[in-house]
Amino acid sequence: MVEYRWPEAKRLIGTRIDRLDGPVKVTGAAEYTFDVRRPGMLFGAVLRCPHAHARITRLDLGPARRLPGVKAVRAVHEVGDEIQWALDEVVFLAAETEEGARDAVAAIGIDYEVLPHFVDAEAKDRAPETSPGEEETEGDPDAGFARAARRVQGYYGIPTIAHQCLESHGNVCEWDGDQLTTWSSTQAVSALPGQFAEALGVPASSVRTICQYIGGGFGSKFSPDRWGIEAARLAKDAGRPVKLMLERDAELTVAGDRPSTYAEVEIGVAEDGEVTAWRSRSWGSGGLGGSGSPPIPYVFQFPHRHHAHTSVPTNVAGSRAWRAPNHPQACFVTMAALDDAAAALGLDPLDFFERNLAYTNPRLQPIYREELRIADERMGWRRRWHRRGEGEGHLRRGLGLSIHTWGGRGHRSACELRVHPDGGVEAKLGSQDLGTGTRTVIAIVLAETFGLGVHDVTVKIGDSAYPPSGGSGGSTTVGGVSASTRRAAQDALAELFVKVAPHLEADPAELEAVDGRIRVAADPSRSLSWKEATAKLGVTPITATGQNPGPGELNDSGVGGVQMAEVAVDLETGIVRVERMVAVQDCGLVMDLETAESQVYGGLIMGISYALYEEKVMDPVTGRLLATDFESYKIAGYGDVGRLEVHMMQGGSHDPRGPIGLGEPPVISPGAALSNAVANAIGVRVPYLPMTPRRVLDALEEATTEVTVKGLEGGGR
Amino acid sequence: MARDQSRDGRRGVSRRDFLRGGAAGALGAGLLSGGLAGEACAAQEAAAGRAGVVGPGPVPMRFRINGKSHEAELEPRVTLLDALRERFGLTGSKRVCDRGTCGACTVTLDGRTAYACSVLAIEAQGYDVQTVEALGTPEALHPVQAAFVENDAQQCGFCTPGFVVAAAALLSENPSPTPEEAAHGLAGNFCRCGTYAGIQAVLGEGGRRG
Repeated sequence: MVEYRWPEAKRLIGTRIDRLDGPVKVTGAAEYTFDVRRPGMLFGAVLRCPHAHARITRLDLGPARRLPGVKAVRAVHEVGDEIQWALDEVVFLAAETEEGARDAVAAIGIDYEVLPHFVDAEAKDRAPETSPGEEETEGDPDAGFARAARRVQGYYGIPTIAHQCLESHGNVCEWDGDQLTTWSSTQAVSALPGQFAEALGVPASSVRTICQYIGGGFGSKFSPDRWGIEAARLAKDAGRPVKLMLERDAELTVAGDRPSTYAEVEIGVAEDGEVTAWRSRSWGSGGLGGSGSPPIPYVFQFPHRHHAHTSVPTNVAGSRAWRAPNHPQACFVTMAALDDAAAALGLDPLDFFERNLAYTNPRLQPIYREELRIADERMGWRRRWHRRGEGEGHLRRGLGLSIHTWGGRGHRSACELRVHPDGGVEAKLGSQDLGTGTRTVIAIVLAETFGLGVHDVTVKIGDSAYPPSGGSGGSTTVGGVSASTRRAAQDALAELFVKVAPHLEADPAELEAVDGRIRVAADPSRSLSWKEATAKLGVTPITATGQNPGPGELNDSGVGGVQMAEVAVDLETGIVRVERMVAVQDCGLVMDLETAESQVYGGLIMGISYALYEEKVMDPVTGRLLATDFESYKIAGYGDVGRLEVHMMQGGSHDPRGPIGLGEPPVISPGAALSNAVANAIGVRVPYLPMTPRRVLDALEEATTEVTVKGLEGGGR
Repeated sequence: MARDQSRDGRRGVSRRDFLRGGAAGALGAGLLSGGLAGEACAAQEAAAGRAGVVGPGPVPMRFRINGKSHEAELEPRVTLLDALRERFGLTGSKRVCDRGTCGACTVTLDGRTAYACSVLAIEAQGYDVQTVEALGTPEALHPVQAAFVENDAQQCGFCTPGFVVAAAALLSENPSPTPEEAAHGLAGNFCRCGTYAGIQAVLGEGGRRG
């Protein structure tokens, strides 16, 4: 009956629309989990083990229990237990005030027997154990290398980094009889009640999770975590609500990380730049669970290739999904190695990448080609590119590029929609808005479908009492909620047309909803205002539920993006300065151009951050994280990002694919593009991210290329 | 840390208690000395020693916040940020680093920006404290807040109130900052989602060139 599809003519979709929750965020009125205050609420605090590997030999909770104001104490380890990473939780407690809770933690008596630890994943040969990961061989790598004119080798390393959510992980838990309500800083509103219920041994129907606003997740907030479960238990024990948010050092240390990757790569290249063979081995760690397996080589599926990955467990809390899991690491290794191969042949990497595009996903090849053309034009690449290391003086400029891909098909989602007789439109989804613009996108779909404005509709999300939607991970949210909402809205509109058609002496199929009116498409003079039309419903609202997946082709998967970077590097100080970055990104049908661009800007900036500053530096002696605050775990600041340009691919062949998520793709390439730009500027590869001044100077010292030395002499100040 | 539990019998705020209270940054100390040089109120004089040491238990305090008077009994170790958030319900100022680095708790004291996490509440008495809530409401935005919305200078929004306060303070002193002045003025605030391009646009730098 109803043909579910995205409209041909779009009034709102793809335009710039201010995010609807902007005003409550800029005024401080938006209530985050950290801001929730409940009557009688207690504050939780945690005793954490300071050692990377230790056995508990004494645990005395008595002094904490005896302090006034302490209402509940729960040990999650006992004497004899082994602790496997620093800052793991040992005791949870709740007290009347936060300061009092910290006093109580300090009062606990505890001793440890310190055990040997291992935290240096790069030195895998010294690891107590390693586990082989995926190994893949395609074609005949030996034959490919035999055909190569040059063999180019390289070594590359990208460290573990943190999510560093500004709102730390945490929950407020409150029981009303056997009903639990959690206010949780979560990326998965609909998935949390079941997880709480399973751990607590209560029916899933007795748990409700609320998250209207979340201060960052980036892949690290899909579970209640032990601290959430224990907050619920403390609340039960004390008979009062408990708030437990992680301290900053714990947020950085135990709330997840992006696994490291170290890789040795060898590439065979023909004179014309065709890659004839690829061989690599990589290893890395995200903590005790080891690491994921980065898809190396990335984007380019060379026909003759071999890759093996080894996972290295360390005495570090486990890794979690970090925007585009495994892709930034694979992208950095692959694009840096390819850039080094191009440099060895004296080729412009833009030509080199284009020469090898035939080895990328055939569906994406035309997208990459067009994006490379646009990026070239915006950056002035072909006008301004120079050979690696060419330049004069101590300040050297360089260009680098990278390409990336991601899936991003819309997840499962249900949208419950009501069109009220008074004209009100109300959608409920158990989804969440991470700051990506989920609320706004849902409103755009409703308003577009009904011919209304985005402020004429009400979007309710962030509550597990609403119909379930998937967690916001893997760039799946916009596709999922847009599709479920569109189906519900098309159903509701069809029903409204049936009610209204007799009043317009028309057939329902002849009607359309445009500019706040329901009208006969062929004769717009026969029309009713939206409210006149909905008044025909009498006293009963229209209800419709849309599902994703569902009928009609509203979603697709697989996007491509290109990024180019320009840097200036000071050969004397080693300081890298980002001058410009250009991002050209495809995401199928752009829903809100403004928030879509914001995702890409954000990806570029987070990428600059991990390319130049971020690293979870572990102390090999104590096994502890040395970077436990913003002074030592550095992220990019306002003045560090240079000029950023974003171009979203729209129209043409992109729009009919429907919306594809955008949270992951733009954060994949910046590390590679910036590393390549630095190599182009200074003449040598800085093998590691982040490219700190020391690493830049080390790379310069190791290299003794004529070009660099000559340039220095010729330059001067 | 866990075994450092002895509560000595002395009254007063030891350095250890002070640090354990979670405040204490360089900026807090700077503000304290600046405040004492200027208009010292009774409690500050008391804290300075004339009436002896106060605390560690709760002591009465009086504040002027967003143009209104507030009174509370607080332990001297309680930060201005925690007092704002937990006692006065002003949760627009966020707690992120809790040590004077990230700027999410930026407020103004007598018009000058300060990290509320690094000022003890007891020190903030006698100042005119302004939080993000004083600038505008969702229905009636301050021009800087409106500019943040129009340029989408926010994503998750957790750092945003701090940036809004810092940007408003910067622009009230210097209505058209150069990019260097803007970078200096906002050097005390961090964003994780990556909204700097939007904030560049708020500060008139063209910013988003999408």
